Amino acid sequence: MKRFTGLLLVVLAVGGFVLAQNALLINGAGASFPYPIYSKWFDEYHKSNSSVQINYQSVGSGAGIKQATDGTVDFGASDGPMSDEQLKAYSDKHGSALLHFPTVLGAVVPTYNIPGVDATLKFTPEALAGIFLGKVTKWNDPLIAGPNKGVNLPANDIVVVHRSDGSGTTYVFTDYLSKVSEEWKGKVNKGTTVTWPVGLGGKGNEGVTGLVKQTPNSIGYVELIYAAKNNVAFGSVKNAAGEFLKADLAGVSEAAAGAAKTMPDDFRVSITNSPGKKAYPISSFTWLLIPAKFSDTAKRDAMKGFLKWAITDGQKDTEELAYAKLPKEVVAKELKAIESIQ
Amino acid sequence: MATSTTTVPNASPSAGSRSFISRLKDGDEIARIITFLFAASVVLITILLVLQLWHDSGLARAKFGIKFFVRQVWDPTNDDFGALTFVYGTLVTSGIGLLIAVPLGLGAAIFLAELAPQKISDTLQFFIDLLAAVPSVIYGLLGIFIVVPLMRVYVQPALKGTLGFLPLFQGPPFGVGFLTAGIVLAIMVIPYIISVSREVLLSVPRDQREAALALGSTRWESTWKVVVPFARSGIMGSIFLALARALGETMAVTMVVGNTPTISASLLSPGYSIAAVIANELPEASGVYLQALVELGLVLFVFTFILNGFARLLLVLTTQKGSGMGHV
Amino acid sequence: MNPRLRWRKFVSNFMLTLTGVCAAVAVSALFFILGYLVYHGGASINWDFFTKLPAPVGESGGGMANAIVGSAKLLLLASLIGIPIGFFGGIYMAEFSNSSIASVVRFAADLLNGVPSIVIGIFAYTVAVLPFKHFSTWAGGLALGIMMIPITLRSTEEFLHSVPRALREGAMALGASRWRTIITVVVPAAYRGIMTAILLALARVAGETAPLLFTALGNRFWSPGWNQPTASLPAMIYSYALSAFEDWHRQAWAAGLVLLALILIVNIFARVILARGTAVPRS
Repeated sequence: MKRFTGLLLVVLAVGGFVLAQNALLINGAGASFPYPIYSKWFDEYHKSNSSVQINYQSVGSGAGIKQATDGTVDFGASDGPMSDEQLKAYSDKHGSALLHFPTVLGAVVPTYNIPGVDATLKFTPEALAGIFLGKVTKWNDPLIAGPNKGVNLPANDIVVVHRSDGSGTTYVFTDYLSKVSEEWKGKVNKGTTVTWPVGLGGKGNEGVTGLVKQTPNSIGYVELIYAAKNNVAFGSVKNAAGEFLKADLAGVSEAAAGAAKTMPDDFRVSITNSPGKKAYPISSFTWLLIPAKFSDTAKRDAMKGFLKWAITDGQKDTEELAYAKLPKEVVAKELKAIESIQ
Repeated sequence: MATSTTTVPNASPSAGSRSFISRLKDGDEIARIITFLFAASVVLITILLVLQLWHDSGLARAKFGIKFFVRQVWDPTNDDFGALTFVYGTLVTSGIGLLIAVPLGLGAAIFLAELAPQKISDTLQFFIDLLAAVPSVIYGLLGIFIVVPLMRVYVQPALKGTLGFLPLFQGPPFGVGFLTAGIVLAIMVIPYIISVSREVLLSVPRDQREAALALGSTRWESTWKVVVPFARSGIMGSIFLALARALGETMAVTMVVGNTPTISASLLSPGYSIAAVIANELPEASGVYLQALVELGLVLFVFTFILNGFARLLLVLTTQKGSGMGHV
Repeated sequence: MNPRLRWRKFVSNFMLTLTGVCAAVAVSALFFILGYLVYHGGASINWDFFTKLPAPVGESGGGMANAIVGSAKLLLLASLIGIPIGFFGGIYMAEFSNSSIASVVRFAADLLNGVPSIVIGIFAYTVAVLPFKHFSTWAGGLALGIMMIPITLRSTEEFLHSVPRALREGAMALGASRWRTIITVVVPAAYRGIMTAILLALARVAGETAPLLFTALGNRFWSPGWNQPTASLPAMIYSYALSAFEDWHRQAWAAGLVLLALILIVNIFARVILARGTAVPRS
């Protein structure tokens, strides 16, 4: 028995070291919003660059920002741009900046599960704000039923589902709600974490989708691909120009079109409730949070290489996963910014 | 117990104090020092743990003081925190868990200790011990996919239909919530109640039972009115142990409780517990937010420490009683 | 027979049957759990599960090979911390110490034993992750090891105590020194019980998830060495179960089955085979 355990220990110790071979492992954590495409990208990038392994954990934008600031991961990811204070906290701690790099464009959709209702519901901003404020409590409320004549909405209680963790998706959604509802702005405001008036909490986009799928009469807000790929219904939203739009790539790209031309140098911008006629109102960029200065040159070069690939070649993967490509002007600006990473 | 006279260096023919070096050469002293270091490290780790928790909650403690425990707010955007919602949720879910587990567990323990023949009692106890070994995350897995749908589709509507006038059963049937978490916790802590109570019941001296039976009581009467009261403190001890386990339970609870900081009289409402909020929010917390979470952890730690202490005390009392000192 | 007696007898039989029902309910829980896991996870246990890495989000297939190896590495680290400290500490308590030091150590061990696993996770995060700016396997192993310490310590002490004095005194009468006696006579006599306790402690921490959430984090790839985050079976079950992908649910069931099977096998082995005759201490 003793000899066996001794042998086992040796084998495992050797194994541990053998596996610590020449693969460079980079750790990142953050938003669940872009998780589907990030995991595809990292997998693909690893296939063509077998010495680089990028391990991304979907823990929510809030945790991503925090861990990037603490330095416990090599890079972060968030769909809520960091605030000035958060950026300052990082630079105070590390002596250099944390940079935002947009990677894809995505949409946040209102996803619901109403037994017996197959139609695509139309949601006005007032309806959405009312539901999530807890003021609209039944599915057949006039605010919801109004634009949806012909749909047989039951008199059931609405089960609201939101995020339990700090989330960029929450940021995008609450940013939108703050723009379209004064009451929301006053009561709840926007952020990666807010005090929700009502609802259940799910962890990550995955958790919210899971809860909505399993809970009848529920409504939640998730990134487009989560609803689409899991066969959970999602509705169209009335945009600033008055049209009801179901989230799609064209709508998202249109939302970003205006911002593309006036993109600030730090790439932090909000594109919710864009004025365009066919612009989907709850759209957003999502960013990778990359340190401006790496202490490990191998990691730096690997990240730069990945970034360049992601915003150019990697963009071909976006459509099948229901994300929109970055506008050309943004890509050009980013390529220049990548060079500044030391 | 091994000889307790170890203050004397060692049992060598030339006993009495010798120089440290010559004692060292003996091997015994080295052995003692080495093993002492290991034992001391246990104390060190414990002290370190407590100190770390205390230190890392300092800002929060200073900012909120004692009011931390009575305020319901939890606002990370404005750095304002209060523990009440989570303390409430922890107590409610554990309370429901015990409410279900204690009668069931005590009943099972009585069966195993009083009625079942030795072989069956031991076999069943073996299975109960295996139940105690099932990890929390597996309870959570079963909770999400089996218990929650059952609750949402059958149990909660049934409760609302029959007892819906009570404030305990208001609100839509989510499936997740206080009641569901309580039920899952009940299954998790039953093994502790059963195994400890069974032992305690088995240790009640035979003459107690026999005296009762001789006086004409039925089996049940002798069990319920004589044996169980005799073992009362031990059974209480098992309940405290189970409670301590339930309070600290993280994974199973966070997967079925709804993760919503709410204080509600309704058992059907979603809620939150201390362990669950720490698990969900620690990775994204910093500054006072992080310290508030650590303070919650400290609170949980103190709760379970006190409960475990009481449990141990009660169990010691029972075993002492076994020597026939009569009722306490 | 007077009616009152008849009633009391009826109550007696009724209540006692009820207790039998309670026992049946409690025991059947175990079989329900196993049954569900086998039913939902059984079909998904295939070669892929044990050999492949996780596939990208949304794509079906892939496996949990890295999680299985990750759990093994974590347990190895946990034993390196938990077993020596518990074992040698237990020897000190049983053989060398005086009662006041022993009670202090015992108190500390009981304290540590009662700490909820999430709080141990907080501790490991502040001590092994933040200062090193790294989630790592060894931080996870540290957390699990700390959880093992009280169990191995108390068990070693108890089993060493239970070795009859005559054995010790016999050896010492033959001229053996204390430590020689301990190593060659006392420990081997208590060996079975101690091994049982160690195996049970390992089985216990193998299923722990909460402490790993902030220490080992997770990894979609193999985790090289000991300084990187690693996937582990319990953590994978947790994140897959919460997701919305049917395929991930399927894999979570399979992982649950594998994890529980391993834990139960170790438990059964330790309690039945190893502990033959020795009384197993309460966990």
